[in-house]
Amino acid sequence: MTPGSMGFMAFQPDPARATGTFTVKRGLADMLRGGVIMDVVDAEQAKIAEDAGAVSVMALERVPADIRREGGVARMSDPALIEGIQQAVTIPVMAKARIGHFAEAQVLEALGVDYIDESEVLTPADEAHHIDKWAFTVPFVCGATNLGEALRRISEGAAMIRSKGEAGTGNIVEAVRHLRSILGDIRKVTQADSAELYAWAKQLAAPIELVREIAETGRLPVPLFCAGGIATPADTSLVMQLGAEAVFVGSAIFKSDDPARRARAIVEATTHFADADHVAKVSRGLGAAMRGEELTELSERLADRGW
Amino acid sequence: MRIGVLALQGGVREHRAALEAVGAAVTEVRRPEDLGGLDGIVLPGGESTTLSMLLESSGLFEPLSVAVRAGLPAFGTCAGMILLADEVEDGRPDQRSFGALQVVVRRNGYGRQRYSFERDLDAKGLEAALHEVPEAPEAARPEMATLPAVFIRAPVVVGTGPEIEVLVALPDHASDDPAGVGGPVAVRQGNVLATTFHPELTGDRRLHRLFVSMASTRAPSGR
Repeated sequence: MTPGSMGFMAFQPDPARATGTFTVKRGLADMLRGGVIMDVVDAEQAKIAEDAGAVSVMALERVPADIRREGGVARMSDPALIEGIQQAVTIPVMAKARIGHFAEAQVLEALGVDYIDESEVLTPADEAHHIDKWAFTVPFVCGATNLGEALRRISEGAAMIRSKGEAGTGNIVEAVRHLRSILGDIRKVTQADSAELYAWAKQLAAPIELVREIAETGRLPVPLFCAGGIATPADTSLVMQLGAEAVFVGSAIFKSDDPARRARAIVEATTHFADADHVAKVSRGLGAAMRGEELTELSERLADRGW
Repeated sequence: MRIGVLALQGGVREHRAALEAVGAAVTEVRRPEDLGGLDGIVLPGGESTTLSMLLESSGLFEPLSVAVRAGLPAFGTCAGMILLADEVEDGRPDQRSFGALQVVVRRNGYGRQRYSFERDLDAKGLEAALHEVPEAPEAARPEMATLPAVFIRAPVVVGTGPEIEVLVALPDHASDDPAGVGGPVAVRQGNVLATTFHPELTGDRRLHRLFVSMASTRAPSGR
């Protein structure tokens, strides 16, 4: 049996319309480029995020910093919470499903969320398989620490990739490592000859067709966003200059002293990432950022989840 | 021929590629200084709430709004059309638009992402508009009866004024159902061109060619 999408089977009055195509899935990711997607746990935070200029919000029960601190199994959010957030804002609403938990994804699709994040921040439901994302109308974003992981997720149907970083730490070092790994390997693949591409496909454990496409275009076939550790306007400027096309900000906004101002500053710095005067201007007097974590002090790396 | 692409957020790269493919030079516009020397401006898709906020904070809203209303040729796609509209339904109360296009648009008029769709549309009106402009020698083109269109959480045009020329329309199958609602999807008014869909996400360059020709034969006055 193929686990299909059972959530959304609306009657189509106009049979000429094709919904859920890869172009349509990828198209929404394209329209989020240059923007900030913010983690929110309730309707009030969602309003603050929208007021600050977020292009989308990620609805979840606990931000990663709290999941990390409190432990336990982290699951998909309560549908009532997601619906409350959908009613509070007009921007797209994303929500997280556990890795491999296609039934959670079906529920999220039935709720009408605009993007599903098959996320390592939640406790994985399957230790060998990710969700078959081609079976869904709703688009998926997945995390990746390297190019091979990114291409495996794309081959499963992901229409957006985010570098994983290390969620809930407020520490940018892992996001930088993962972005540099993905983009550095893309640059190397573009230099390979046609015979070497087969070796690259083997090394990356990824389909040769996707490796060939990267060799030709010099970029992933879907947008590459950055997540996991962005806490300041300068952090977003850093990852955008490295080559990220948009950013996810998790715990850093609502774990800071002045969430509305920090959110707005990160939005401004994402748009004007190459203009240091502008980044300086919006960075002034933001109050304390989230405290953050040194990576060596962590008991578990969320980025190690996923295969 | 130099066309600006508003580059605050959204689908900038694809518009740039489409404009360059039809022979225009492109400037990405992030600050008021970038507006100098432009023959036209493209307002891309993105989140319209975010875009209108960033237009204000970057100081671009007023100069761009004035320039477009004074006749600077403008091409808005999806959120870009919302920015050009006279009236926006279901927007934020503080969301401003240029008032350069006599349309009333409803944001996310088809509903959430699961209703986003692709569809081929009748291109007769667009072909007629293209016939009015002198054909650039390098842009010899086959005439095509249909236009591929990609609608992403797209707005719906719910009202038009007397100066609006509808170039492409979506057949109405059920006006009370988001999956069936039709209406104008590509419109023109003087120097302003706008689509509710994303021509830049397909390989069809006819709308960009039409816009570049509008910019090169700029009408003497705007609205």
